[in-house]
Amino acid sequence: MDVSSSLQYLFSGLTVGATYGLTGLGFTIIFNTTGIINFAQGEFVMLGGMLAVICQSALGLPLPLAVLLAMLGATLIGAIVERVAIRPVRTAPPINLVIITIGISILIRSAMMLLWDKDTHTLPHFSGTDPITVLGATLMPQSLWILGITAVVLYGLRTFFRRSIFGKAMLACAHQRKAAWLVGIGVEGMVLLSFMISALVGAVGGVMLAPMTMTSYDVGILLGLKGFAACILGGLGNPFGAAAGGLAIGVLESFGAGMISSAYKDAFAFIILLLLLFVRPSGLFGKPEVRRV
Amino acid sequence: MIVSRLASGALLPVGAFLATMLAVPFLLPNPYYLSILSLACMNAITAVGLNMLLGFAGQISLGHAAFCGLAAYATGIATATYGLPMWGSFLLAIGLVALVALLVGMPTLKLTGHYLAMGTLGFGIIVYIVFNESIEWTGGPSGMVGIPRLALFGHELWEDTEYYHLVTGVLCLVLLLSLNLIHSRFGRALKAIHTSEKAAMCIGVDIARYKLFVFVLSAVYAGIAGFLYAHYLGFIAPSSFGFHVSVQLVVMVVLGGMCSVWGAVAGAFFLTMLPEFLRVFENVETLIYGGILVFCMMFMPQGIVGGIGTLFRVLRRSFRPEAVSAQTGEERNG
Repeated sequence: MDVSSSLQYLFSGLTVGATYGLTGLGFTIIFNTTGIINFAQGEFVMLGGMLAVICQSALGLPLPLAVLLAMLGATLIGAIVERVAIRPVRTAPPINLVIITIGISILIRSAMMLLWDKDTHTLPHFSGTDPITVLGATLMPQSLWILGITAVVLYGLRTFFRRSIFGKAMLACAHQRKAAWLVGIGVEGMVLLSFMISALVGAVGGVMLAPMTMTSYDVGILLGLKGFAACILGGLGNPFGAAAGGLAIGVLESFGAGMISSAYKDAFAFIILLLLLFVRPSGLFGKPEVRRV
Repeated sequence: MIVSRLASGALLPVGAFLATMLAVPFLLPNPYYLSILSLACMNAITAVGLNMLLGFAGQISLGHAAFCGLAAYATGIATATYGLPMWGSFLLAIGLVALVALLVGMPTLKLTGHYLAMGTLGFGIIVYIVFNESIEWTGGPSGMVGIPRLALFGHELWEDTEYYHLVTGVLCLVLLLSLNLIHSRFGRALKAIHTSEKAAMCIGVDIARYKLFVFVLSAVYAGIAGFLYAHYLGFIAPSSFGFHVSVQLVVMVVLGGMCSVWGAVAGAFFLTMLPEFLRVFENVETLIYGGILVFCMMFMPQGIVGGIGTLFRVLRRSFRPEAVSAQTGEERNG
């Protein structure tokens, strides 16, 4: 295999993988404050893309404004989900909460289908479609946008968790909810905040992926699965592990599709993930669970 | 002694269930509902197995639809493509499912919690992709046609009523077996593993073997359901065994109530029939479906069976006001 085609696989893998990583990041943030896997995470990604499409094509807003409104809209929906469906039953067993998020994902998906339509849509590229050639491989400007925005989001979250009082409070909740509550942290508020942030992060991923891959009301299912795989691969609870896991899955898929078979590209990523879990049962960067003997 | 335990424990409720199920067709206005009930019974067979794994042993599987699919495709290929007799293809399909479950279960069940969910989910997706892509065997995404109807002792079950009787009977056998297993040493070991693996290990429960056994058993139940499904519809497609079906099976178990074997049956019947009732709403059908799911889970955390139990207690309390103090005390403790 020559350099240019492997570079091509790497570019497309990293582009898609960045979105998986952002989705995985969303899973991780909610998992850290609540201990549940939010199956509606993929719908937040879908909302980002679809709300931007609605604002841009139906309301005729300029692209930057449409993107901003889509992100705000998804964040608002994240907050509503927490207030209406999660907070009233926060003491329920985790499996019940997971089933509730499954129901919510069905709700959001069918609401989007009813309010808008079943067609696939596309969003204009952020800055033109003239490909850049690097060592014989082509790179779309949108890919650079995706990688750049992902880096900004990661850096922003890192600063948020390290520097801001809210970020530190959220980390405290992730570490020990009861202790966080005892030192005066409003755990409920932090859960609300975590839903808003992960909806926002998901929507960012959806908005920037939409120009590359098209979007429709049901893209959230597959993206959600990939995001879940990303945060498990990176080690559940570690936001940067999730981002790295997403990139790894994207690259694996891309090389699998290019070198082995495009039909089996999804299977390829999952087989690697399973094999890795058998060797490292807590993912790449997860804390190995204390072996209880 | 075994007979007496059967009679006292499981035989009576299962007998009552069988009698109800056999009476229901006489009340149905339309033979179409009979096929829905048959599908509900098949789902219930899978859900009862999954409940033993999830509700009793506390191990989640998001890939159980794959086991249904493996048995369905195995028997489809064996009978339609190679013309194997029905009993041979049954043994082949169930044997294959058990073998795959054993091989997959051994490494996967070492995972815990969300990692286990991911592991089983990944397995389900891989199997689903294989169904889609190995077109020369399975017919790919458009499915596989021409699977013969089930034949028992040379008699093909063409009538829907006959098939309904068969699946009801199989479901009752599965229920009898499960209820007896749950009330045996095996069931107590599963509950011990659910409560605390450490404690279970300390009192000498071989947790790895029990987990593997209940995983394989639940896969075999799913396989039986898949076998019945393939020979009922005569047509199978990968979409019937995809990720969302696996998730729906878990929802059936949790929504029905994980505390009892009957919960899985209630959940399977409820979720299989619900879309039929919602069909009148046409476009907003899935919206209402999602809403009902969220609503039920929020207000019936113990599931349908648990919810009925609570309703029962509330009613009893309102009819016997003197028992109020005792009841509330009991609830606070439980």
